[in-house]
Amino acid sequence: MRLYFEKRKTSSKIVLICVPIISLVISLILTGFLLLVFGVNPLATFSAMFNGAFGSSQNFAETLVKAVPLMLTGLGVSIAFRLRFWNIGAEGQLVLGGVAATWVALFASPYIPAFLLLPSVLLAGALAGAAWAGVPALLKTRLQVDETLTTLMLNYVAILIAEGLFYGAWRDPGGMGFPGTARFPQAAWLPRIYGRVHYGLVFALILAVVLWFFIYHTKWGFELHMIGKNRTAANYLGVNIKRTILVSILISGAFSGLAGASEVAGLARRLQEGLIQGYGYTAIIVAWMAQLNPFASIAAAILMAALLVGGDQVQMMMRLPSAVGLVMQGMILFPLLAGSLFSEYRLRISRTRGEETP
Amino acid sequence: MKKGITVFLVLLVLASGIAMAAGRQDTAPAEEEPFKVAFIYVGSPVDYGWTFEHDMARKAVEAEFGDAVETAYVENVTVGDVSRILNQFAQQGYQIVFGNSFGYMDYMAEAAEEYPDIYFEHCSGYQLGPNKANYFGRMYQARYLSGIAAGAMTETDQIGYVAAFPIPEVIRGINAFTLGAQKVNPNVQVRVVWTNTWFDPAREREAAESLLDAGVDIIAQHQDTTEPQRAAQDRGAYSVGYHSDMRSFVGDSVLSSAVWDFSNYYIDRVRAAMDGTWESGAYWGNLDDGVVGLAEFSPLVSQDVRDIVAQEKEKIISGAWDVFHGPVRNQQGEVLVPAGTAMTDAEMLGMIFFVEGVVGRID
Repeated sequence: MRLYFEKRKTSSKIVLICVPIISLVISLILTGFLLLVFGVNPLATFSAMFNGAFGSSQNFAETLVKAVPLMLTGLGVSIAFRLRFWNIGAEGQLVLGGVAATWVALFASPYIPAFLLLPSVLLAGALAGAAWAGVPALLKTRLQVDETLTTLMLNYVAILIAEGLFYGAWRDPGGMGFPGTARFPQAAWLPRIYGRVHYGLVFALILAVVLWFFIYHTKWGFELHMIGKNRTAANYLGVNIKRTILVSILISGAFSGLAGASEVAGLARRLQEGLIQGYGYTAIIVAWMAQLNPFASIAAAILMAALLVGGDQVQMMMRLPSAVGLVMQGMILFPLLAGSLFSEYRLRISRTRGEETP
Repeated sequence: MKKGITVFLVLLVLASGIAMAAGRQDTAPAEEEPFKVAFIYVGSPVDYGWTFEHDMARKAVEAEFGDAVETAYVENVTVGDVSRILNQFAQQGYQIVFGNSFGYMDYMAEAAEEYPDIYFEHCSGYQLGPNKANYFGRMYQARYLSGIAAGAMTETDQIGYVAAFPIPEVIRGINAFTLGAQKVNPNVQVRVVWTNTWFDPAREREAAESLLDAGVDIIAQHQDTTEPQRAAQDRGAYSVGYHSDMRSFVGDSVLSSAVWDFSNYYIDRVRAAMDGTWESGAYWGNLDDGVVGLAEFSPLVSQDVRDIVAQEKEKIISGAWDVFHGPVRNQQGEVLVPAGTAMTDAEMLGMIFFVEGVVGRID
């Protein structure tokens, strides 16, 4: 007798609902034990975290501020993941999007009419993100270079380019030598909706709808699905695999580039250290939690942002070191991610002998 | 598609589930509300460096006022997150907020406008407001003294300096340290390696090791942790610490340390805020105030060296002389500050050149 996993042919709705709930209960219990070890009341802590993330309109606004770049990058990488193209370069695409947006806002602005400046800033960000993702996509489709490595490595290149610029050539001459570019002209500011929540939120929501439509109701979406599930079959069906991969990865990068542009134009209004926060890596978790679904990505991004923002309360109210907040985030996420195994596979018990591999 | 909606709904339910599972939190009725003091740290109190010293001062505030104050801190706060933390402290009724990173400046200024009833104290910046003050210390004075010890003890005439970012505060420290070393050893060279991080133990160690490989026999630093000191000790080299008395964490290979002590300032400011006598201003504490100082020497440092340091310290405290009194030459040998003149505070705060004897580039 032995245990093995069998891939589910159809997704069971009950499992789909139960798995995240059970995972959450497990993680709450695990986290609760950890909190008891630190001598604080787990229920009070969870309550404080929830209030910190959702307890007032201001708190919820701060959660959304964190969620916007996660939504955009999460949507972006989910396109690539549908193709089984492991784009883990959203961080670099986001940063380079911020760099390009900054270039337009600060150095091209004298040549652009004011009403076109903000659209140009955002477009430049999206194009830069697309270009940065296009390099690994070309290497993959032309030369079969593994994209995991190239997308990851280009993150470091993009971050160093950005740092080189705001510590060097682009450093604000009026900033007393401190790192960071000058502030953008006001015409390049992305307006805010409420608190610090900027219009990047609207872009993310619209793009989620657009992406949902394209994925589930167009030929392109079907091709993505085919290439991801069975490349050989897609080939026989006459799908131009290389072109579809290239176009899709350009779009994937554009989402992250737009995230970077809306961060610099909506929050700091200058290029500085704060842009580089690891959103592009968290995006990978967002995409998988959402099982690559656009609407679920929006919700998953809010949940991840809530964990980050609510985590502050663990320090403020419970007087625990920030590391405890991070451990809690991990403890909440691990069962959730492990749980997705059970929604994709079922655990079977085999009594027959002699079968070596399922 | 249906699957997607289901996942979406489940995630929403989860989010609200956390709330229901948590229930309502009971707040104990307080007899008298303590004065609430918040601290926002760029690093962690366990770095034994910059944030450690600020947290020691926070504890000094607690010890001074007892139950009359309540303090809280959030650690490892980046510039991208500081606005949120400021808002949260404001909403929770904190009455004075200290922030210990230059990068917080614009965000604290914004918060100061939004919350005119809260006092904001920003370390190392220059922007002022009616309810926003700045504080810092003339660390260059202590740097100069620690440079004397290093200059006297080096045998290769090569000292390594692990430095975070090419900004005026760090550059000023490197220059002052170099001038101190040159005071007792005119041939000395100070080699600078930038790490581009305040806090990264692994990178700080790597930078120190690369300098030791290049032939330096003493490591100085402008970082948040003790790793450069440990790297030097592991190789049998000496070092000069920064922020806290790093000898107590690492050992006697640390000849001395240029140290901070914010306790008195924090206690004074919190008291003023409680009394309602708080006033905005830019405070730049010096050796005399004790905000900056030199930690006790390692037994390895000779009495002769200690005497020179004591002499120079007297000279600075008396006000007769300061570190950046002319002549000061840049790396090209040009005299930037002629003999008989001194750099103004504004010039020192914006310092972006290296003095003669520093090996390294700013950009």
